[in-house]
Formats: sequence, structure tokens, C-alpha cells
Amino acid sequence: MREALKKIFKDKFAFTAFIILALLYIVILFADFIAPYSSAYSDRDMSYAPPSKVYTINEQGKLSFPYTYNYIREYEPSLMQTIYKQDRSKKYFIKPFVNGHLFGVKDGGKLYLLGTDINGRDVFSRLLFGGRVSMTVGFLSLFVVFPIGLLYGGISGYFGGIVDTLMMRFAEAVMAIPSFYLLIILAAILPSGMTSVQRFTLIVVILALIGWAGFARVVRGMVLSIKKEDFVAAEKVMGASNLRIILKHILPQTMSYVIIAMTLSVPSYILAESGLSFLGLGIQQPDASWGNMLKEAQEFTNILYRPWLLTPGILIFIAVLSFNLLGDAVRDYLDPKSKSARS
Amino acid sequence: MEFFRYIAKRILQTIPLLIIVSLISFFIIRLSPVDPLAELRLNPSISQETLNKEIKRLNLDKPIYVQYASWAKSFVKGDLGYTSAGEKVSVKLKERIPNTLLLTIVVIFMTWSVGIPLGIISAYKKETAFDRILTVLSSIGMAIPSFFFAILMLIFAVKTGWFPVGGLTSYNFNEMSFWSKFIDIARHLVLPAFVLFTISLSGLQRQMRANMLEVLDSDYVKFARAKGLSEGKVVFKHALRNAVNPMITLLGFEFAGLLSGAALTEYVFQYPGLGRLILEAVMKSDINLVMASLMMGTIMLIAGNLLADILLMITDPRVRG
Repeated sequence: MREALKKIFKDKFAFTAFIILALLYIVILFADFIAPYSSAYSDRDMSYAPPSKVYTINEQGKLSFPYTYNYIREYEPSLMQTIYKQDRSKKYFIKPFVNGHLFGVKDGGKLYLLGTDINGRDVFSRLLFGGRVSMTVGFLSLFVVFPIGLLYGGISGYFGGIVDTLMMRFAEAVMAIPSFYLLIILAAILPSGMTSVQRFTLIVVILALIGWAGFARVVRGMVLSIKKEDFVAAEKVMGASNLRIILKHILPQTMSYVIIAMTLSVPSYILAESGLSFLGLGIQQPDASWGNMLKEAQEFTNILYRPWLLTPGILIFIAVLSFNLLGDAVRDYLDPKSKSARS
Repeated sequence: MEFFRYIAKRILQTIPLLIIVSLISFFIIRLSPVDPLAELRLNPSISQETLNKEIKRLNLDKPIYVQYASWAKSFVKGDLGYTSAGEKVSVKLKERIPNTLLLTIVVIFMTWSVGIPLGIISAYKKETAFDRILTVLSSIGMAIPSFFFAILMLIFAVKTGWFPVGGLTSYNFNEMSFWSKFIDIARHLVLPAFVLFTISLSGLQRQMRANMLEVLDSDYVKFARAKGLSEGKVVFKHALRNAVNPMITLLGFEFAGLLSGAALTEYVFQYPGLGRLILEAVMKSDINLVMASLMMGTIMLIAGNLLADILLMITDPRVRG
């Protein structure tokens, strides 16, 4: 194990990617503490407030402890819109450990590192809470996809004949539906009055329903060749049950492929969840996910005048890129022949 | 002759496939809690009588297998029914499918004409600065979410004003001459095509690079070199031909991936394609429309795979066997 990690991390990119992912997971794990605001926080009077400016040099030109000013909302008749102005009368120092959070400002002050959204919620805090969803959905789906795919492919390949034909025709039919179309019709059947935990679980299941077929087909192909090996015949002679042979003797042989496929498919699940939530079919408000936070970026005025609403997209990009780089390194280690082959 | 028999066999094989697909999707859609008549029900000017007529027409009062049977019967006859808004489904599909096909084909053409040469060069110049830069760029290309990239392109379009935003044609399209029509469509296509191009290019370039590396390392290429053939001949006559074959199989997959990937891009750019149509239909639980566009998407996908297989038979004599 140690040897393996050493070899994988010799790749500078993979190592950096690993550090970034570790940081991301630590931050979302302690989101309640790190985020300056709670997940329920919303200030209706401050919708679309721009990011707070943080100063470290005061009016006298001297270095100072970081501080910020509050914004006040004003209606500007000449522009016919509300604008935000800084209230320069009172300084708010950013201090560690305020009100049980890692950092923040004194009561009465507002610290919006990345501005606020339409409901006056702090985008920075929501990014952390949304990360919890976006960074875990993909993983959980994998733990549904792989057992199903392994068992399905294993049974189909092991028994062969009519069982194999029927099972593979069904898998092919699932694969023949353009996956995103299937994803949206599945997501659309979710009833609306669900709790966020139920919804989260079902999204995980739906994402899994898309990916299993392709995986099962590859497993079946591998099982077809493994079952001809002598040790399988030996097991049969010794009277092992079919299920035992499949689970204990055949499927473990596919392990290195499974690990490669798993590490390489995390990114596509992250992308699928964010795409679904972006369309409004995935995780619903008021819960945050990076995809549904980007939903606000569908409006022209938002993307042109409120660029801070685009930050979730950058985080999705960073997470997916890191998983890709790490996955490439794992594959190169486990399967040196296919150096950076498959996409 | 063998060739045509193969094609006929493949086409026949798609029939059971389509039946299973239609069964799966029909039952999934009927599980939806959304009432397909919700809009009509809320409209005070619609009488109960009209509602009942609608229920009869859509067979909503019968058990689900009867609904499926009647849907399947009319589908086979080529009658796709009406949308819940009362338009003909076939008319809607006829205006959307060509748009999606146009986008997909333009993108495939672009990715192949750029991705294959890039793959060859990076394999040939393995581990040089050029290769490294391409690897980094392709990692970036694969990681960027299509809808996010599409949004960034929208910002670009609005800020520079170089490209029209949304749709496929300008409002005065019908008054244009042939050439300005052509240019108008091309200008609308640039952004969605560019987004999909960037995203599928990375995978293609990597795959081509990997194939080429494998072939360049093979014995027959070494032999060709040992024979004293020129590098050009070795690369283009021996290596390239063998490296391209696996790519053709990939063409089918790419087509499938594009159909799916295009849906989000179409949505962001308000592009009138199949992906956006199905999305709108799903939201309204419009069974006929969802079923028809899903079947069309599936048929397009199967046809894409079949075309790729036929192409492979033409280019690779081993497959003909």
C-alpha cells in the first residue's frame, strides 16, 4: 500500500491534486465551523450585495488588522435600480473565533467574502455547504453502481447462454438511451414534497441507474474469459455453489479494473449531479449544491453584473480536474500498459 | 453480399432493442407525479367536458399497459400523436431534430479535423514541451462543466457583441437572401459548437495519442523503419492507418456523448434542438412528446453506432473477416 502511494504521488500533478482534494474535503467537513454564516442564514435586505472589500492598510497608510465596511442599500432614481454603497463611518475588524465560527466580524458587521445571492445568503458559506452535496453525491453513487454492475455482469457472464443474452439485451437497451435524456426523465419523476435527505438519496440512486450498464458489460467480458480458467473448474468439482464461485473467485479477479474505473468515473458523477441541479431537477433550494447555485447564473443581468455568482462553477472545475489527474495517476500505476489511454 | 447481410442483421437487431427502450421509458414517465393536464385544469375557461375529452384522447383513464399498447400501435403506424399543448409531435420533431443533427455533425467534423492531427503530433513528439502542454490543456478541457463553459461563452458574446445570443436564426431570418441565411445560421452556431468542440476534443486527442503510441511501438513499424522507409511513409502509411481504426468505433460513442452533452449546452444557449425539447417536455410530463423525442434520440444513437461499424468494415479488412 505504501509503495503504491509513493509511486502514485511521484507524479507532481497527482500529488497536488490529492492535496487540493484533501483540503476541499476537510473544509466541507468542518463547514459549520469554517463558514462565517450558518446554512439557514439569509438577510432579505441584502440581496445581491457585492463581495465585502477587505482592507489591511488603514487611512493613515499603516498596516492594520484586516477590516471591512458594511454596505448600505440605496435606491438610485437616475439609474432606476438599487445600488450598494460602503458605509465608511464604522470599521469592522475581521477576528478569529467570532460567535463560534472560525472567523467573522462583530455583531452589526457583515462579512460577505463572495457577495450574496438573490435571497441575501452569503455565497462563500453556501459554497462550503454546497460542496458537501456536490463532493459526496458522486462517491455515494459509485457505491451503488459498482455492486450492481459487478453482480449483473458476473451473473450474465458466468451463466452464459439465454440468461446472458437476455441480461445483455436489457443492459444494451439502457445504454442505447442517450444518458442525459434518461437522467432527466428519471429526475422528473421525483415527487416534490420530499425532505432533503430523501431527495439526496434518490439523486444518488438515479445517477447510479445511468452508469451501471456500461460497467456491467465490461465486467461480463472479463468474466467470460476468467470462467475458462482451471481454478473455476476445480471449484465446481469441489461442489462450490455458483454464487460462491462468482462472488469469491471470479469477481475479485476484476479488482484492478474496478479500482481504475471507479477513480476515473468520480468526475462524471460530479458533473452529472451539477448538471441536473443546474436544470432545477437535482438538489432543490434552500439546500445548496454547486449546480443549483449556478442556476442563478442563467440570467443575463446576473452573469454580467454579479460575477461572484459564478464561483461554484470554478469549484466544480477544480474538483473535477483534481479527480481526473489523480485518476490518471492511479490508472498508470495499476495498468501501466494503457498509459493515459482512455479519456 | 456478406456486407449487406450484416447490415440487414444489425438493423433487425435494433427492433427488440427499441421495444425494450420504449417500455423502460414509458413506464418511467408514467411514474411521474406531474399531472399532464395540470395546465388545462387550472385554466378556468376550459370546461370539464373538454377535460374529459382530453383524458379519453390520451387514454389517461385506462390502465398503464393499455396506454402503452395504444401508444405503441400508433408509433408503429408513424403517428406520434399530439403534445399536451395540442401541436403535432411530428411537426415539432421535424423542426428540432435537424438542428441537433446539424450541431452534432459540425462538432464531430471539427473535433476530428483538429483532434486527430493533434493526437498524432503529440504521440510523435512524446514527452516534449508540446506534448506536455497539450496534456495539461486536455485535462482542463475535460474538467470544465459544459454548462459553465457555455455561460462563460455567453458572457463573452454579450461583452464583445461579436456573436448573436440564443436561438439559431435572427428575427428577420425569413427576409434574408440565401447567403445571408447561411451566414446567420453559422454565426449562431459558433458558440454552442465551440463549447461542445472544446469538451469533446480533449478525449479524442488523448485517445488518438495513446493509439498512435501503441502502434509506433509495434514490430511492423520498427520493421518498416529498419527497411529504411522515410519517416513520412512510416507514420502515414503504416502507423496512422492502424491507429485510426479504433477511433472509428469511438465515433459512435462520441455521437452518443454529444447527444447527451448537447442537451445542457442547448439549454444555456436557448438553441432549438432535441435536448431542449425533451427537457421542456419532461418538465410538463408531456408523454407523447417525451416518448417521441426519446425514441428519436435512441434511434439516432443506434444509427450513429451502426454507421461507425460500417465505416470500420470499410477501413479495416480484419473486421470483414
